[in-house]
Amino acid sequence: MLHVKQFDVVVVGGGHAGLEAATAAARMGAKTCLVTMRREDIGTLSCNPAIGGLGKGHLVREVDALDGVMGRIADRAGIQFRLLNRRKGPAVQGPRAQMDRAIYRRVALEVVENYPNLELIYAEVSDLLRQGDTIKGVQTADGIELHARSVVVTTGTFLNGTIHIGDVSRKAGRWGDKASAGLAGALAKLELPLGRLKTGTPPRLDGRTIDWGVLDNQPGDDEPVVFSYLNDAPEAKQISCGITHTNPETHRIITENLDRSAMYGGHISGRGPRYCPSIEDKVVRFADKGSHQVFLEPEGLDDFTVYPNGISTSLPEDVQLRYVRTMKGLENVEILQPGYAVEYDYVDPRAVDASLKVRKAKGIYFAGQINGTTGYEEAAAQGLVAGVNAARYAASAEPVVFSRADSYIGVMIDDLTTRGVTEPYRMFTSRAEFRLSLRADNADQRLTPMGIELGLVAEPRASSFAIRQAAYLKARNALEDRKVSPTELKGLGFQVRQDGSKRSLFELLGLADINVDRLVSCFSEFEGITNSTLKQLQNDALYSQYTERQSRDAEALRESGSIVLSPDLDYEALGGLSGELVRKLSQAKPVTLAEAQKIEGMTPAGLTILLAATRIRERKRA
Amino acid sequence: MDLIFAEATPPGRGGVSVIRLSGNGARAAAEKLVGSMPKPRHAYFRDLVDEGENIDQVLAIWFAAGSSFTGEEVAELQLHGAPVVVRRAVRALLDQGLRPAEAGEFTRRAFLNGRMDLAEIEGLGDLLAAETEAQRKLALRAASGELAKKAEIWRSWLIEAGALVEASVDFADEDVPEEVPDRAFELIDKLRTEIEREIDGFSAAERIREGFEIAIVGPPNAGKSSLLNRLAKREVAIVSDIAGTTRDVIEVRMDLHGLAVTVLDTAGLRESDDTVETIGIDRARKRAADADMRLHMSDTGEVSPDLWKDGDLRVSGRSDLGVKLGDVQVSSVTGQGIDQLLTRIHERLADQTAAAGIVSHERQLKELSVAAMALTDTRDLPVELVSESLRVCNSALDRLLGRIDAEDYLDLIFSSFCIGK
Repeated sequence: MLHVKQFDVVVVGGGHAGLEAATAAARMGAKTCLVTMRREDIGTLSCNPAIGGLGKGHLVREVDALDGVMGRIADRAGIQFRLLNRRKGPAVQGPRAQMDRAIYRRVALEVVENYPNLELIYAEVSDLLRQGDTIKGVQTADGIELHARSVVVTTGTFLNGTIHIGDVSRKAGRWGDKASAGLAGALAKLELPLGRLKTGTPPRLDGRTIDWGVLDNQPGDDEPVVFSYLNDAPEAKQISCGITHTNPETHRIITENLDRSAMYGGHISGRGPRYCPSIEDKVVRFADKGSHQVFLEPEGLDDFTVYPNGISTSLPEDVQLRYVRTMKGLENVEILQPGYAVEYDYVDPRAVDASLKVRKAKGIYFAGQINGTTGYEEAAAQGLVAGVNAARYAASAEPVVFSRADSYIGVMIDDLTTRGVTEPYRMFTSRAEFRLSLRADNADQRLTPMGIELGLVAEPRASSFAIRQAAYLKARNALEDRKVSPTELKGLGFQVRQDGSKRSLFELLGLADINVDRLVSCFSEFEGITNSTLKQLQNDALYSQYTERQSRDAEALRESGSIVLSPDLDYEALGGLSGELVRKLSQAKPVTLAEAQKIEGMTPAGLTILLAATRIRERKRA
Repeated sequence: MDLIFAEATPPGRGGVSVIRLSGNGARAAAEKLVGSMPKPRHAYFRDLVDEGENIDQVLAIWFAAGSSFTGEEVAELQLHGAPVVVRRAVRALLDQGLRPAEAGEFTRRAFLNGRMDLAEIEGLGDLLAAETEAQRKLALRAASGELAKKAEIWRSWLIEAGALVEASVDFADEDVPEEVPDRAFELIDKLRTEIEREIDGFSAAERIREGFEIAIVGPPNAGKSSLLNRLAKREVAIVSDIAGTTRDVIEVRMDLHGLAVTVLDTAGLRESDDTVETIGIDRARKRAADADMRLHMSDTGEVSPDLWKDGDLRVSGRSDLGVKLGDVQVSSVTGQGIDQLLTRIHERLADQTAAAGIVSHERQLKELSVAAMALTDTRDLPVELVSESLRVCNSALDRLLGRIDAEDYLDLIFSSFCIGK
């Protein structure tokens, strides 16, 4: 018997991309279904038990600013919070936290099971329902048709996944998962360009067999900085991580067994990330380095599993045990689960547009590792964008596109969809050219208003943001209005340049050598300003002269995008454009340069040709 | 891009006229007129035939896309330099549907196809306009991409410095140095010094490109106009015994041993009641003060102290009358001493050009100044602002000619540091 269920949006996959996609679509008011294989998939931290970091922490904040769920779950599951780059400037600080895997899963499940507009279905998706180039839903292996106006695919590394432990390999998804061949076949029918990537994990250790007493500790921050704008402090008990090091003996064992490593034995063809190399890679590429740091991260408060961060590997199990035991504190360690490498297919992300919709089909969106990224945060951020746009599409509304000038989300999606990837894509702050303005402390100011307008941000966040923002603006106005002369400052005991020019209290906050505490105590304008608002004003003041220039650059970026192309361009006659581009341009008929830029495969040279042709026509008309 | 053509040689009668075609099908279009040309870069001696009629005997040659000036397929027809022949060939190409090129379109295509950068194009423009040997040399250096080669090296320093900075930012929790290594600042200082040297060489290079101005100044009747006529080898200025004959500034452009020089004859300096002459004298003072060098003429060997600058020359113009004053004695009547004067002037100007860089356009100077400014005092900045300064410098060099982005930094970070917990 055929079961049919009707939804606005169906999300396939219950990882971090799927979670954000489903909850975002549901917040937008779409009747949403999250279909994933097993209940245990939801909220699983399949690699290292940590959320955030540099660039990644920014993404979590941005997801949170749009009322996503990752930040709030992470705050509840966090067992060690550290603000990275605390001693550097606020633009490059990134919140990071160790997670308790069990709490994370429990909270994630609690969130999605009680989410309004969201239904969970545990099943294997075996096919896509298609009508021409329009996706109409999915079919499950147990014969249920889930009809939908749009589908979000977040299947992670499941496509054609192969696991390698040493010279043993088998087809699979993640540990204990079965690879989803049916869906893979359906996606293959879309004939999208595929690539192959690899990623690795370290062996998991039994914490009860580690000699913690001889190891250095890395504690969390005394004043933990949490992820969500709605939270002030962590909930769970806070713990420390251990630190140990590899040594020449470790390296010797690894070197002698390289031919048994899946990656070096030639069993793996996919490209691995440069920033997360396997220990085999490190030993070979940095042969002059006698030792590498290894962080021993407990996977939870009630879990004796330890994640040794820094030694992902595809060596055989017996070699793993031998080299792990060469390290200090690990002499008697037991391995609970061997490290392994996963190889998988990804879709060239240039095949999706800036709304994450598959360019050549309708009603289907991709998010997460399938687009060639790595990391929970990158997946979550894409999931949110795909979920919002799937809901917008279901409601026949225009897509929402994030810009490089407003968010790391915009930077990531632009990088992915215009340049593609050659290794698993990870966010770094250096990818954001407007880094000084795109800070973790102002993600809400950058994005929450947009979220409210879209109907994506629900209560209580909308009200809490309004209060915070009103307080910020009031304080900023008060501090900008109060101008102080150098003489007055000197009288109060401040050392400033006696150049006769008055400065506002806001400008003074940004001076590198000003004593802020004294400034606050000297001027009544600071009364009533909370610490968090003051901190943010300080950050804004610090960068103001730079961000002004950046915002001019950002404006220029937007302006060049809004250049209106000549409507009567004959793409073929222009010459210099490939046949494929001519076909796509004729199909898309871009009105502005920005729209032309979004066309798959569009090159800078191609844009210049369009621009030059437009300019020539303008001149002729003038 | 569509197929364009133009006469590459100046219009009019001459030995040879060259018509250049560029774009997809350039070879086929040329072959329609001259018959088959199997190999690229081979000259074929052919009859140019249009509508069954022999038009001319020509030399024809074609270049494949990717190995031509514009980067596209290019064909060249070398016709006899008769306007009537060229007209027939042009008509034949128009009949084939080819479009006459707009001014500068071949070069623009070379730019769009990545065959030339902006500085090279500016150099090429200068080369085409060069009148003197020094201008030709300067322009050729620019046109052959010398600035681009320099900027490529600068870029590699910028990337290395940027990678060191970004590593300390983005991989703070890894095994990399937490502080920005000194090497980054050494690179930044080295880069700034190099850019500043280019900037310092600007005014000399600009002088070479635009030419020097040399003013002849002095009291009335000192022989200034006679000297100018002698230098110009023709009567450009009116010479008379009446003091105050020269009212306006008279300019003569000449090639001085390869340097472009404009010699200015100015009104004789004196107090005058004549309104027109007074205006002329004011003008003379101003132009003389702005000139690169002054020749001070007088019968007494004295100079006008307010106009004297180091490097100027005192010239006596009446050596034929036995006056032996000043640094150089010439006779505008016999021409005696003129060669010596020219040699002395050239020596002084050549000193000024010794420091010439390859940057000779205001546009290039502006970008270099932005780049150098951004690199000032970076040691005092927090790390994210050091990085911002590098970005500013980088985008200035970008605008000067090329491109760079974050991926370049990351490449270097991953190859120089062991990243990966």
